[in-house]
Amino acid sequence: MSKKYITDFVILENRRHTHEFVILTLQHPEMLPQMFPGQFAEVRVDGSPQTYLRRPLSIHDVDYKNNTIKLLIQEVGPGTRRLASMKSGEKLNLVYPLGTYYSLPDKKRVLLVGGGCGVAPLLFLGRYLKENGIDPRFLVGARSENDLVELDAYRELGDVYITTEDGSRGTRGFVIHHPVMKTFEPDFDWLYTCGPEPMMRVLAKYSRERNITCEVSLENKMACGIGACLCCVTPTIEGNKCTCTDGPVFNANYLKW
Amino acid sequence: MVDLSVDIGNLQLKNPVMTASGTFGYGEEYRDFVDISALGGIIVKGTTGSHREGNPYPRMAETPMGMLNAVGLQNKGVDVFLSETWPRIRTFRTNVLVNVSGSTVEEYVEIASKIAEVKDIPGIELNISCPNVKEGGMTFGTSCPSAIAVTRAVREVFPRHLMVKLSPNVTDIVEIAKGVEGAGADSVSLINTLLGMAIDAETWRPLLSTVTGGLSGPCIKPVALRMVWQVASAVKIPVVGLGGISSATDAVEFLLAGASAVQVGTANFVDPSVSGRIVDGLAGYMQRHNIEKITDIIGGLDVS
Ligand SMILES: Cc1cc2nc3c(=O)[nH]c(=O)nc-3n(C[C@H](O)[C@H](O)[C@H](O)COP(=O)(O)OP(=O)(O)OC[C@H]3O[C@@H](n4cnc5c(N)ncnc54)[C@H](O)[C@@H]3O)c2cc1C
Ligand SMILES: Cc1cc2nc3c(=O)[nH]c(=O)nc-3n(C[C@H](O)[C@H](O)[C@H](O)COP(=O)(O)O)c2cc1C
Ligand code: FES
Repeated sequence: MSKKYITDFVILENRRHTHEFVILTLQHPEMLPQMFPGQFAEVRVDGSPQTYLRRPLSIHDVDYKNNTIKLLIQEVGPGTRRLASMKSGEKLNLVYPLGTYYSLPDKKRVLLVGGGCGVAPLLFLGRYLKENGIDPRFLVGARSENDLVELDAYRELGDVYITTEDGSRGTRGFVIHHPVMKTFEPDFDWLYTCGPEPMMRVLAKYSRERNITCEVSLENKMACGIGACLCCVTPTIEGNKCTCTDGPVFNANYLKW
Repeated sequence: MVDLSVDIGNLQLKNPVMTASGTFGYGEEYRDFVDISALGGIIVKGTTGSHREGNPYPRMAETPMGMLNAVGLQNKGVDVFLSETWPRIRTFRTNVLVNVSGSTVEEYVEIASKIAEVKDIPGIELNISCPNVKEGGMTFGTSCPSAIAVTRAVREVFPRHLMVKLSPNVTDIVEIAKGVEGAGADSVSLINTLLGMAIDAETWRPLLSTVTGGLSGPCIKPVALRMVWQVASAVKIPVVGLGGISSATDAVEFLLAGASAVQVGTANFVDPSVSGRIVDGLAGYMQRHNIEKITDIIGGLDVS
């Protein structure tokens, strides 16, 4: 397990992308420790009565040259709303880097599938794969075209496929309805996913039936984020395991899904 | 130099700051954030006679200034603790106490006997107050006769420090504190979590898989302080106070109410380095108030 830190970052930029997604760029005064895609930070919001505990957020992107990291935030409640309203110059305290990360594939053909705020770790993952000689392709699912974030950043790394529930962009339906998925012999051997659990369960089943490796990232409720409280467990073939230290990234076959 | 050391019966602590069971793992989880040897002691996770998987997810719900948990004593059991975990953590240069939980008096006795054989474990904290297990647990701590019975039985097999952790979910905590004192406890710690619940108004569902769970964090501090004050005024054995402690000031308040030492719980989740900072903060408090020995604060509450 890599060393964990508790540090104040300064917000460099708060950029709103859609009505409910913002991206915060945070700068660290010193050199950043090495982080891997799928890892997360426990972010102290403001300690108000509604936001007493930290909020777990994926590391969306890392820039070691400028000592910055990005967080992609979907506003769903008081904590994420407060974070989305923070201004550049304000400080944010992080405990990081936490949890397991996506592994490098032993096969070349990979697909990265994200839905909702689950796209958060996939940009960093795409960049990491590219640096390791693997061409990532992305499949992004959203409710409508207004919920799609940062497509250009993904396009720089590889092909981007889209599904929307209302059909306003790309294929109508869920990610599983996209043509790349609609064959028994798909042109990928490794699937990375993060997003709503029902989506990931469908992808896990799809992968199992086709003998494709599938890595998922779970978003269980957490109190400590460091393996101390045992609040975040998920049932696995080896019993209950902590999503914060044994996860959030799991091989789908390891889970009792 | 200020003197932060305190004695709880036969236990010597370099300072009164310990960490609470179930909130500090086995200490190892906090290595990157706290110098464990700078703490007065740590109390490791609840340990049962055999392996327990705990309750189903969800086990946690955030509430204003606190949280509810329903972990349900997930742990690998006392044998694995002694053979695998203890050899790793015995080198911590602080008092490591084992929190002991059972469903029957026999189970408590069995665990305590096994721990008694490992001579370098300085003491146990008897958890007779866990609200998150169906059988046993809190039921021992909410009835005076059973609290006395389990304390007495464990006392017979455990020669070193025996701390008994009290439940706040009772009508008269003083009566139970006096009962376990009479049954041979070396100290009492209080409070465990308060039984509570949370509901999702949109789905009409409880937020915990077990419906009810244990409330902890700053929201319970006033209740904890009151109980510590009542118990410390009534028993002669040392009292260890906990419930919502998040700063050195909070710790001072518990010492003033009569606690000889304190435990930091849920606050470790919010700031994993907080326990060490509370130790430093206590030293700072004493310097500001020209107090040489921390023991001069204990029970100092002026109610005149
Ligand atoms: C490993 C991990 C990575 C995550 N990455 C991201 C990300 O990159 N971007 C993003 O927008 N969101 C992410 N989430 C989800 C995010 O943590 C929650 O949306 C957020 O905590 C909600 O807080 P709130 O106060 O806005 O909402 P509320 O619903 O009011 O929160 C109440 C409580 O429930 C917890 N909670 C609520 N929803 C979730 C959830 N889905 N997952 C975990 N805890 C929850 C909160 O932490 C808080 O304690 C991630 C979750 C995990 C576990
Ligand atoms: C997640 C969690 C797990 C806990 N597990 C235990 C336990 O195993 N044994 C025990 O005696 N108390 C347990 N407790 C209770 C705490 O030790 C403490 O008594 C309580 O949380 C009140 O203190 P606090 O407000 O400082 O957290 C647990 C508390 C929490 C939040
Ligand atoms: S959140 Fe505490 S153990 Fe995972």
